[in-house]
Parts: sequence; structure tokens; C-alpha cells
Amino acid sequence: MECYIGVDLGSTTTKAIYIDENEKVLGRGITNSRSNYELACEIAADEAAINSRFHMLRRKLAENKQAGKQTSELMDWLTCKFKLAQHFRQVDALEKVCKTIVDEWDDKNLRRAYKAALDSIFDTMRSEAEPMFQPRVTARSDFFRDIASSHYLDSAELLARNGDISFDRLTGIFDKAILLVEAESFATAYDDYLDFASAETIKVDGYKVLRDDIRRATEYAATIEFNAINTIGTGYGRQTLPFPKHQIRSEILCHGLGAHIMFPATRTVLDIGGQDTKAIQVDGKGIVTNFQMNDRCAAGCGRYLGYIADEMSMGVHELGPLAMTASKTIRINSTCTVFAGAELRERLALGEKREDILSGLHRAIVIRSMSLLARSGGVRNEFTFTGGVAKNEAATDALKMLIVENYGEMTINVSPDSIYTGALGAALFAKRDQKGDLVNVDLKKLRKRVS
Amino acid sequence: MKVSEIVARCEELYSDLHLSYVKEWKRRNKRKAIGYMPIYVPRQIIHAAGMLPVGIMGAGDTLEIIRGDAYYQSYICHIPRSTIELGLTGRLDCLDGLLFPAICDVIRNLSGMWQLMFADKYVKYMDFPQNFNESIGGEFYARELEQLREDLVKMGNKPVGVDELNESIIRYNANAKAIKDLYALRSDAPHRVPTYELYLLMRASNILEVSEHTSLVEEYLSAVGKEDRQELDNIRVIVTGVFCEQPPLGLIRALEHSGCYIVDDDWVLGARFIDRDIEVGDDPIRALATGYIKHGVATSSRYIDQEEKGRHLLDRVEELSAEGVIFASPSFCDPALLERPMLQAALSKSNIPYTSFKFGENSGQYQVIKEQTGTFSDSIKLWGTA
Amino acid sequence: MTRDATVQKEQSMVLQKDMIAAHFKRLANAKETGKKVVYTFVPGNLNELIWAFDMLPVHPEINALQSAMRKKSSSYVIEAEKFGHSEDVCTYVKCDIGMLKKGNIGPTGEKLPEPDLLLLSYTGCFTFMKWFELLKQEYDCPVAMLHVPYQADGEKTPEMIEYVSKQLREEVVPLMEKVSGNKLDKGRLRMLMESSARAEENLVAVWESAKNKPSPIDAYFGGVYYIGPIFSAFRGLDVAEEYYRTLREEVDARVEHKLGPITPDGPMKDERYRLVVEGPPNWTSFREFWKMFYDEGAVVVSSSYTKVGGIYDNGFRHDPDRPFQSMAEYCTGCYTNLNLPTRIQYLQQAIDDYHADGFLINSIKSCNSFSAGQLLILRELEKRTGKAGGFIESDLVDPRYFSAANIKNRLESYFQMIDAKRNG
Repeated sequence: MECYIGVDLGSTTTKAIYIDENEKVLGRGITNSRSNYELACEIAADEAAINSRFHMLRRKLAENKQAGKQTSELMDWLTCKFKLAQHFRQVDALEKVCKTIVDEWDDKNLRRAYKAALDSIFDTMRSEAEPMFQPRVTARSDFFRDIASSHYLDSAELLARNGDISFDRLTGIFDKAILLVEAESFATAYDDYLDFASAETIKVDGYKVLRDDIRRATEYAATIEFNAINTIGTGYGRQTLPFPKHQIRSEILCHGLGAHIMFPATRTVLDIGGQDTKAIQVDGKGIVTNFQMNDRCAAGCGRYLGYIADEMSMGVHELGPLAMTASKTIRINSTCTVFAGAELRERLALGEKREDILSGLHRAIVIRSMSLLARSGGVRNEFTFTGGVAKNEAATDALKMLIVENYGEMTINVSPDSIYTGALGAALFAKRDQKGDLVNVDLKKLRKRVS
Repeated sequence: MKVSEIVARCEELYSDLHLSYVKEWKRRNKRKAIGYMPIYVPRQIIHAAGMLPVGIMGAGDTLEIIRGDAYYQSYICHIPRSTIELGLTGRLDCLDGLLFPAICDVIRNLSGMWQLMFADKYVKYMDFPQNFNESIGGEFYARELEQLREDLVKMGNKPVGVDELNESIIRYNANAKAIKDLYALRSDAPHRVPTYELYLLMRASNILEVSEHTSLVEEYLSAVGKEDRQELDNIRVIVTGVFCEQPPLGLIRALEHSGCYIVDDDWVLGARFIDRDIEVGDDPIRALATGYIKHGVATSSRYIDQEEKGRHLLDRVEELSAEGVIFASPSFCDPALLERPMLQAALSKSNIPYTSFKFGENSGQYQVIKEQTGTFSDSIKLWGTA
Repeated sequence: MTRDATVQKEQSMVLQKDMIAAHFKRLANAKETGKKVVYTFVPGNLNELIWAFDMLPVHPEINALQSAMRKKSSSYVIEAEKFGHSEDVCTYVKCDIGMLKKGNIGPTGEKLPEPDLLLLSYTGCFTFMKWFELLKQEYDCPVAMLHVPYQADGEKTPEMIEYVSKQLREEVVPLMEKVSGNKLDKGRLRMLMESSARAEENLVAVWESAKNKPSPIDAYFGGVYYIGPIFSAFRGLDVAEEYYRTLREEVDARVEHKLGPITPDGPMKDERYRLVVEGPPNWTSFREFWKMFYDEGAVVVSSSYTKVGGIYDNGFRHDPDRPFQSMAEYCTGCYTNLNLPTRIQYLQQAIDDYHADGFLINSIKSCNSFSAGQLLILRELEKRTGKAGGFIESDLVDPRYFSAANIKNRLESYFQMIDAKRNG
């Protein structure tokens, strides 16, 4: 089927979106950007393609009389099992690479000891996998690296505690191996995973009778051919893409259009990402009429939260929830990243509570973006908040409060899919702006071409 | 009044960004109020026009800057942001005009911004001469003052003649004398006049009608004589490096608590900008101009022609037996920060110890500064040098 | 035809190169030839007066920008910071101080002579005052202060002109007579001013050529070369007159053949965006910065930076019949001596007159005189013209404040926004 692809190469994550000729979203994919943008781009697009297949799979299932009634439950099972199959494949690959590394050692005894250790680690890893990929189980992370590293390191720690095995040595193996595994896309074997998913789902109580419907639907999903008519790249790393110039759009334009598609009445967009903050004004068609970005100072963007998290020895995702428990909001004057640490320590030394300080820090960031918004022409109804920081409830709350205080009541949109705003805009441009000689960018070949 | 009551009154004035005193004064007197930015404006003319001069020195560290930041890049100092914030939040609505003295490019440009953003208000840029020849710069400045007088006559519907001007000059001379006494007492016995208190009294001079302020200072001087305050083993320092954006109160406290007696400073400098009485006579405008041309204090926004750089500071160090100098300048303040190395060189040549830091009017932490000035104080106490 | 134009273009460039080389030679030999040297600033400078005394001018801002183009400024700035200068302050000053501390080698590799006079014509920038106070610490020479009042209400009043000319007559000229040992040669001053006026006439014609589509010049990146002679040491001299005559002929020829401006990569082809630019350029990555424009087909049709020395396109010409008043008017009229409302009007007029698609502000970290208030300028111009406004940030000579990726990102978005507005 014909489709259009938008790819957003962000500084921390890379996103891809497939849309059909009616501008409806088929699928989304995301991966961490790594140091290799081309690879990130390929993997995100592969993920988006799989996501698109699942989109079609759901449609197919829904067409059936019997299976149609249970589409949602079936999709949950199929998705989990698909992910499990993919996970197993990645675990296999990781094990293989780890053992190759050990094989290159000279000391025979050492080799034997560490191979045994690896056997034990990977056995545990496999046995831990199944319960993770079940319907209604929330994954700790979507990225293999995160899941694998936590399991691997937990086992490694146990082994190192009661034997001659060194934890550091095991970590070293992992660090080397994961890089190689990450450099591979595991999406290409989607038909195998679908087979596995279908077989496993049929085994689930009560689904046996739906066997034929399930099989037909998964086979259909496995055989769809996506014909990408146009691909447009955007985002921080877009300049590194070997796309012709007319297939690259600035992220400002893509964000504006993406936000307009998600919330058509949007007039003002605020995007707080890892590296920068953008305030964008759009007209009724999603065309950007004005924008402002933060200056060279990192205050007020996601990275500032990163510094704060480091300073507090916390994960960046833990900041928002902790700030939500605050009983008051401490005034923080320095949004300067350099001074924030000092101010933070001073407040702590004065006996202020962490959550109250964090609440103040979130407000401080949002105040920075308020001035960016004012520079770009203010806030107009409807207002749409996107970017990684939009997932942070403390930031969103502070923002809502300040918008209402300064610009009055209005509709404030925050979408759970807001991380895909840029990619969505790019996909829309791919559909609408087909000019010049379109180059069918083969994302898979990107890496080879570049290397 | 007791010292604590006077200080409480000043604290209240300092922290009232809504300028209730000004509103109340206007209501009572049915007269206008004219604001001015640092350092200095000839307040006598405003006063003679029956108006209340109101010094605006940013918003300190208490106001959250939301709109003001939208007008300034990150590399520009803080005071214009907070001033715009004050304006846009209606806190300066009670001022019928605002004067912008010629002290730097940022405040200069702010005058034009004010013309656009507050088009219904009287805005005047006070172009101070940098030519200190009476018949050239003096004449130019006298014309500037005359222009201000004429504008205020129009605004206030009240003639401002020689008598009115002389009356105001007398009152401001009296105020200058009280302030001089206050500074003299602090440098003689700094433990009796904590700088925190002195500073708040000085800030009150921005708001209070001049004679009310003079009385307040006099009352403080008499009240503080009755207080028993203990002398500590602190060093005597001069703090310099500011003419416009002010340090937050917490910073002043931190300096005092780090083992330093501040015996001179250049905060709220406008209230003591001309270091002797303005002459009372037939041509008060000319007298004000001459005061500025001939007897203005040295600060980094003024061109110093004849004198060797740093002379003024060296003289102060000697007169006040200061043991060291602390340079405290606002971040991104070009005049103050470009002046600094020249003054430092002059101090080095005379073996006078110094230390330096930057601040913003909204600086939220003082620990590092306290550490620094504390070490400075200790090293002078121990070795007589930093 | 293109080749002809290129050859002619080279002719004006050669003239400029030669006059600069000759001037630095004169400076290098100043002590032997007994010529007195005057350090002074570009905005509203008194070049005719300096040459009337047969003294040689040196402009520290130009040394700083030349240092930046030769990639020396970074080490100079760091040198000055070593001597206690704050990272917050103007990098022109620090670059100059650093250059001085490292031997005062000028752009042609020859040592610059020490000044016999610091002519502090203090126009449109407070930092100039501190700058020469700093230089005064280094040199044992007199300072002539010329205080130029600010056009706070958007006009040059008779009082201002009188104040400036009085300073000129009663203080600056007597001091220059003392330093040079010569009486002011009024006949020579007249000739110099006559020549200035002729060169100014031709420069205005060059600026106005940008009203053509395509514009034959880039009035910012190319413009900074065009202002070289007139704003620095050469206004009033025959070489400058010849330069502007030649330049005008070249530009006229380009108009006739409907050619766009010449860039470092050759003639620009498609004119896709016509822009008005406010603010000085970045000098450390000048070529790279320019390339970001011409690669996209963006041409600057008018800029405020090229009016920093003085504004001629409102009719001002040096007037030999009223030399002191005329110099006073020139000093008072330079761009950064205009109040914000007047600057906005000036830019608005340029956007209209030059049929610009939009305007762009390059906000310079060093230069408060330009930068403080630019965000209001942005807002007002958008409101008044309805044209797209862009905002980028960099610095004059400190490469630490030039982030190519960041600027390119904004420019690209800005150009695409103009496209989207056109198509939408």
C-alpha cells in the first residue's frame, strides 16, 4: 500500500511515522538516537513499519464476526508475543556477541568460567522475559538496551558475589556487546515474530476457536507491501541525512504542522525538548507564522532537568512525580544551569524539602518558556504543549497555571503522543509537498551508504 | 521611634513594589509623581514642581520575571527586565512619568522602549554631559534641566520659579547632610550602624518625600546612639562596583556576616551624587548644573578626565582606614566591569587588598560569595593581606 | 557579460585592498615620517578633521574585526580576560586590549604605532568611553573627549548641534593643533569635505540599487566592504572618491544586466528572499555566515549595520560651508545614536522601500547599544509590516558565541517560514 514517511531525528530519540494517502496515521516508531543517526533513523522507521502492520492487523481482525468482538484483547496478546519473539532474538544475538568476546581471551580457564557465567545470565534473562511481555504489564522501558542491561547486571552482581567472577569484567563484556547488538535492526524478521505471536496467542485459553481468523489476519499483516511515495526528514540531526534538500524540513515547520494535525484549532505551540525549546505560532492551516527558540543558554529546556536529576542523584523521570508531592513551591531564581546546582544545594542546606525545591525548579523552567512564548507573539487559543517535557506532569501543571494567569482561560492540549509531533508534521509534508524529483529514500540502505 | 521600628518601616517601603506610599501621597496632595532610574536625576526640580520624585531600582529578588524576560536576551543585565515587569504588571501606573539618566546603553535604550510601551506617560532621557567644562557641558546640561523644568511646569500646572527651586534645593541639601552624617557614623563605628540598616534607609530615600526622609534619618541617628551594640573583630572594607542594579538584601547581609564591616559603598549613589551643597541663589538651574559638573562623585558611568584612574577610591580607602576593597558588580554591566580592572590596578599599585564577584539583583544564593569574602576577611585579619 | 561584471567588481576590490595596504604602510612608518597618529572610533568619526591636520587615523574596532577575520581574536579576547576583564563585557574592547598586550600587530602584520592622541568621539555607545579610558592607562598621550548627545526624541536639536560644535571648536581643534603642531588648515578641510560629499552621493546610489529585482548588491555582507573606505580612514581622500565612483559603475552595470550580487562563491543566481537585516555581523565566521544566506538565495537589500558610521540615505552630506555644524550633524546622526522608535521607523521604511520579504535581527552579545531593545524592535516590526521576522544570536569577535548549527537551524526555519507564508 502507498504510504508517506516522516522521520524526526532528535538529540535523544528518533521518531518515525507512516501515514496513508488519507493522511491517517498507520504507525509510529521510536528508538534512542545513539551516536549513529542513520541507524537510529532506520530502526525507528522499521519500528513504525511494524506498528503499521499491527494497525492493519487490527483492522483485519475487526472484520471477523467472532474474532472482531475480541479485537482489543487479541491485539494485546499478539503485540506482547510479537515483542517477546523480538526480544528473544535480541537476547540470542547479545549472548552470541558476549561469547565471541570471551572466545578471544587467551586464558582457557577464564574463558570457561565466564562462558558458564554467561550461560547462567542468559538462562535467567530468558526465563525473566516471558512474564514481562504479558498484557497489562507495563514495560520498564521500550528499549532493549535498558531491559537487557538491568537484567544482565542484576545477574552479574549475584554471580560476582559468590565466586571468582568479576562484576567489572562482566560489565565490560556487556558494554562492548550491546553496542554491536544495537547496531543491528531486529525488525526485519517481523514475519517470524508474527508467526510466533499467532502460534502463542492461539494457545491462550479460549482463543483456539479463533485460530483461523488469527492466522489469516497475521498472514495478511506479514505480507503487506509498503510503498513509500515520499519521505521527509526533520529534527536536530536532519542535516546528517543523505536526503536531497527538498526532502528535509526544519523541525519548527514540522512541529507547527504536526500540532495542527493533532489539534486542528491550535494557534500556539510550545515544544520543550532535550536540547532546545521552541515557541511557535501557526495559522488556521498549520503554517508557521512566527517562532522563537531558546538562546545558547540551556536554561528552560529538558537538559536543565537532566542536570538537576544528576545533582540529586535521581532519574530524570522521577523528578516530575516527586515534585507533584510538594506542599509548597520554593522560589528558584537561577534558571542558569551553572548556578542551579549551587542554589539547589543551598536550599537543601537550609532545610527545604526536595519536593518543594523541585516544584520550584519546574516552575522556573516553565517561566523561561513563558518569555519565549511572549517573544514569539504570546499565547493564543488553543495552546498545544509538546516535546519530551510535556510528559512531565509537574511541568505541565506549572505551565497550565502560568498560561491561565497570564493569558486567561483557554484550551490547553497535551497529547500522550506529543513526542511524535515533529515526525507527524514531516509525514504530512511528505504527503502534501511533493515537488522536485522525489527520491525514494531507502532507509535500510542509509547506513551502508554512509559507512 | 526605636531603631527596630525605623528599620521595619524601611523594610516595608523596600518590599512594597506596588508603591502604596506613592499612591497615598498622590491622593493626599493631589499632585503627580515622577519616577527615575538610577543613578541620579536632579530631584530638586521635580520637588519644586510639587511632584514626588520616586527612584526605581528594579524589583530586587522578590518579583518573578515573566514578561520582562521576553524583551531581553540572556546576556543583558537584570534591572531592565524587572523594570519592564513592574511596568507591565501595572505596578508603576501611579507614576506620571519616568526619567532615564544617561548612564549606559541598556538604560538609554530602555527610554525608547518606554516611549513605545507606555505611550501615555511622560518619558525623558536625561542626557548628562561628559564634557565637564562649565561653559560647554555646563551650558548643555543647564538647558537639559531647563527643558525638564518647562515640561514639569506644563504637566503640573504650577509655576516653578527661583523661589520654589531654592526651597527644594535647601531641603535636598539638608537631606544630603543627614545622609552624610549617617555614612560618617557608620565609618566611625560600623558596629553601631549595620549596613543592612543603612542600606534600607538609603532605599527609603527613593520613595519618601525628602523632608520626611531627612527626619527619618535624623531619628535613626539619635535612636541608634541609645542602642548598645557589640563590636566584632571584623575588617573594614569599601564595597564598590555598582551604580545602577542593586544587590539583593540577602547579599548585603551575607557580606556583613562574613566578617566585614562595610565602611563605604556606592549603592543608592544618586542620593549622594553631588558631594557638597548646591548653592542657593539667583540662578538655581545653573547652580544645579554646576553642582553636577564640578562636584559629582566618581563612578564608572562618568568620564573622568583630569584625575588619575582610581584616585577617588584610593582617597576613600585612606580617609576611612579601609583594609580592603570588595568589587561587587552586576553581571553584564559593561561600564562597571570595564572599570574594574583599572581600579584593581590602582589598588594593586598601592598594595591594597581586594576581592571581586558579580551578582544579579535576583541572585538566589550567597554561600559562595560569603565563603569568598569570609576568606578575604580572615586573610586580612591574619596577614594584613588577601 | 558576467565576466565583465566580475572583472569590474575586482577593480573596486583591488582599489580597496590597495588603499588599506598603503594606509597601514603609512602607519608603520609614522614615527620615521613624523606623522602624528590619532586613535578614534568609527561612528560619526571626524576623518576630515584628522586629515586636515595631516594626522593618521587608527580605528580600534576595525583592528578588532580584522583580527577576527584572521582568526586571531579568540586568543586576544582570552589574553584580555587574563588581565582581569570579565567574560560579560564587549569583546571588541577585549580583542583590542589583547592585541595590544600581544604586541599591537595590525592586520597587515606590521606593528601599529602608538597614538599621539586618543580622539574619543563618544557616539552611540557608552563602551567607547571605557575603552579609551583603558587605552589611556596604556599610553602616555592626551585624550580629546567629544560627547555627542543622544537623539532621545528622534531629532537633532539645535542645542545638540551647538553643544557638539562648541566642543569641536573650543576643545577638540585646539588640542589637535597642539598635538599636531599645526594650525587647522581650513582650505584643506573644505576640500576634504567636498570630496566626502561626492563619495557619499555615490554610496547612496549603491545602496539604492538594491531596490532593483534582482538586487545587484548584498547590502549587509557585501555592504560591510562598501562602507570600509567611507567609515574608516579614507573618507575625504581621493582614493575613496575613486573607489565609490568605480563601485557605482560596477553596480550600475550589474543592474543593467539584471545580475545579482557577487558572493565569495561567485555571482548569486536566484534571488529567493529579500531581507532587511538589523545588527552587526559576526566576524569570526563571516564567510560561513554569509554562505548560509546565499546558499538559500537570500539577499540582504538593506541593513542598519552599514549605517553605523553615519546615515546618508536621508539626505545628509558633509557640507564644506558649515564644517563644524556639519560634523556635529554627522556625529549625532549615526544609527546607534537614534532612539528605539526612530530605529524602528528606519527599518520599517527600509522593508517597504526595498520590497523585502522579511527582516532578520542578528543580536550581538557584545553590543548593548544595538541589542538592548531588539526584541521590542522585532515585535513592533512584525506588527507594523506583517512581514516575517527572524532572530538569531552571535557575537562580533568572540568565536565562543558563534554556534553555526544553531544559527543555520534558525535561518533554515526562517526561510522555510517565508516560503510557507507565500504558498499558504
